[in-house]
Amino acid sequence: MHVIKTADHSTAAAAFIANGDRVRWHDSAIWFARTKRDRASHGVPEWETLRELASKIKLHTMSRLDEYLEQFEANATRLGAHVHWARDAAEHNTIVAGILNQHGVRRVVKSKSMLTEECGLNPHLESQGIEVTDTDLGEWIVQLRNEPPSHIVTPAIHIRKEEVGELFHEKLGTDAGATDAQYLAEAARRHLRAKFLAAEAGITGVNFAIADTGGFVVCTNEGNADLGVSLPKIHIACMGIEKLVPRATDLGVFQRLLARSATGQPITTYTSHFHGPRPGGELHIVLVDNRRSEMLGAGDFRRTLNCIRCGACFNTCPVYRRSGGFSYGATFGGPIGSIIFSAREPRQHKSLPFACSLCASCSDVCPVKIDLHHQIFISRRQLANLGLVSFSKRLGLRVVAAVLARPWLYRFAGSTARLALRISPRWPIYNRFNIWGRQRDLPPPPRRTFRELYAARKKTPPLPYREG
Amino acid sequence: MRGDWAYNQAMRVGLFIPCYVDQFYPQVGLATVDVLEHFGVEVEFPEEQTCCGQPMANAGLHMETKPLAERFLRIFAPYDYVVCPSGSCVSMVRHHYEQILGHTAELDRVGLRTFELCEFLTDVLKVDRVTGAYPHRVGLHQSCHGLRELRLAANSELVGPEFNKPRQLLELLDGIELTQLTRTDECCGFGGLFAVTEEAVSCMMGRDRVNDHERAGTEVLTGVDMSCLMHLDGIIRRENKRIRIQHIAEILAAAIVKN
Repeated sequence: MHVIKTADHSTAAAAFIANGDRVRWHDSAIWFARTKRDRASHGVPEWETLRELASKIKLHTMSRLDEYLEQFEANATRLGAHVHWARDAAEHNTIVAGILNQHGVRRVVKSKSMLTEECGLNPHLESQGIEVTDTDLGEWIVQLRNEPPSHIVTPAIHIRKEEVGELFHEKLGTDAGATDAQYLAEAARRHLRAKFLAAEAGITGVNFAIADTGGFVVCTNEGNADLGVSLPKIHIACMGIEKLVPRATDLGVFQRLLARSATGQPITTYTSHFHGPRPGGELHIVLVDNRRSEMLGAGDFRRTLNCIRCGACFNTCPVYRRSGGFSYGATFGGPIGSIIFSAREPRQHKSLPFACSLCASCSDVCPVKIDLHHQIFISRRQLANLGLVSFSKRLGLRVVAAVLARPWLYRFAGSTARLALRISPRWPIYNRFNIWGRQRDLPPPPRRTFRELYAARKKTPPLPYREG
Repeated sequence: MRGDWAYNQAMRVGLFIPCYVDQFYPQVGLATVDVLEHFGVEVEFPEEQTCCGQPMANAGLHMETKPLAERFLRIFAPYDYVVCPSGSCVSMVRHHYEQILGHTAELDRVGLRTFELCEFLTDVLKVDRVTGAYPHRVGLHQSCHGLRELRLAANSELVGPEFNKPRQLLELLDGIELTQLTRTDECCGFGGLFAVTEEAVSCMMGRDRVNDHERAGTEVLTGVDMSCLMHLDGIIRRENKRIRIQHIAEILAAAIVKN
């Protein structure tokens, strides 16, 4: 799995912010996606009803996931697809590699799929001598840079076009210093076209799978999924088990929400429905659990399975926009990634739920109404219960809690602290341990507290004021 | 009768002053008392109160929060209403105590009657006219917990009717001019301990808010939460910007009570 290791989120974020130009550009580019989402959603008067409906459909589906999965399997099989079940990432990779090896496939094209990222499929296939080409332009750019995606919808959002120009010059021999998007996209298109033509199998993700038909839907803006599965005979579709909806009619709800939330488009350019293999072809569907049923069983985080991977919570997150996708050190970060990956690997990802000011914007943009900020709040409790909140923080807050439980001690501690702040010169206060004070002043300490002034005032009340 | 707020005297109102306001911004507490008394409310300040427990809860330390939450409910149980000049602390009581204590009848009783100052004025006292002027260019910072948990205003993420309780109160004042921001309700980056544990992100978020207000020509920066304003003021003073911070209670008190 491509995971860039980081000490913790705040250290990585500070390094990202140190490059002022880049972080400002990153923040505004992604904020622009948020404003497009606002415009698109405000054009749909029944937006909030759609969100509620989508949330309920997903919660209902998750409550009977076993039944719907078996229904999907039966219908997909009836349509001629081969359905495979993978308990975890390793099983998923083994199944996909098995299908490819069985057919002697050496070259594969793959459209965007966060599930295959999560499972680390590319390195697994490459280790067996299979060439995998990511055909989504952004994914291909990060693949050429040997990087993971930094965003689930716009994987190369952290890279500026000048850097793409340099990369293409080095890897594809385009003109040095080229920054023209049209020119660079044409070059990518030429190179990818050759990959499509040479591919012996196509792998796609799945946006929605439909239990009552056995079909599934893949949404892209570049048509790369369609091209990738139309030329080769073998199509392998990999999906997390939470991608299911009960009926084909449910799709209308999600299609109206997905692209508007993701990029502000009314609908993705290509919305392709697959029902069984094409004539003469072979269709494999790999259903992957990889700890999703654990989330289903853990009541607190069940709603994360509503996620349709639109990326709206990333775009709105003020922390994500200012720290970049890699600062999270997980398959994906942002609000939803912080919850999922800290629940799965609490020791490794314990800083993620704290990379959040609890502003709650994510919960209100989420098209399937995941109560993201509440779940982040709960994630912190889980970490504390596992003993993963640092000793100094825990000890410090225990002392604070003990002081706050005793009004006399609270009054004494407060007056002592304020006195110290008042009489001390500036340098001992703004020392290197005062993290607050690195870029901010402390509030000027008043002589008397509210409670003291209030008691004094009650002795000599001001004249009551009456209006009129 | 309009303009006569004497009927408000019948209710028993407990004043909840957040710990950091008590310690660092006593004038905000006094302004809150002034405003409430102006509208005929006789407030009581129970002396034993300290803190709602939010810093511990946000760190995940729910066991450590529990005694403070129980204490809060005990202290404020006797009142008809609890009023507080902070959206965040009220939200802690109304929305997060349940996650700490579980659902109890006592929580229902106190929680549902705990109000942030502005919503108490607009929704309980139904304040719809005042006499007072505040001839300044005022920038309203919409603090997240007040906005997205207490729903004091319509936020930019949701699709629905426009409303804004703090703004509605400010707009009653003569001569006030509210500034137009590029990002109307982005977080300031305070976030409690987040301000320290994620210092770099927190300060960049704060600086972005201050710059937005500076561009909009804000002279006085206000809001319902002194914690956000404390963080923004820290940046304003460090960078010698020409913006003053005032809690909304201070503006209302200055305009209405002391006019």
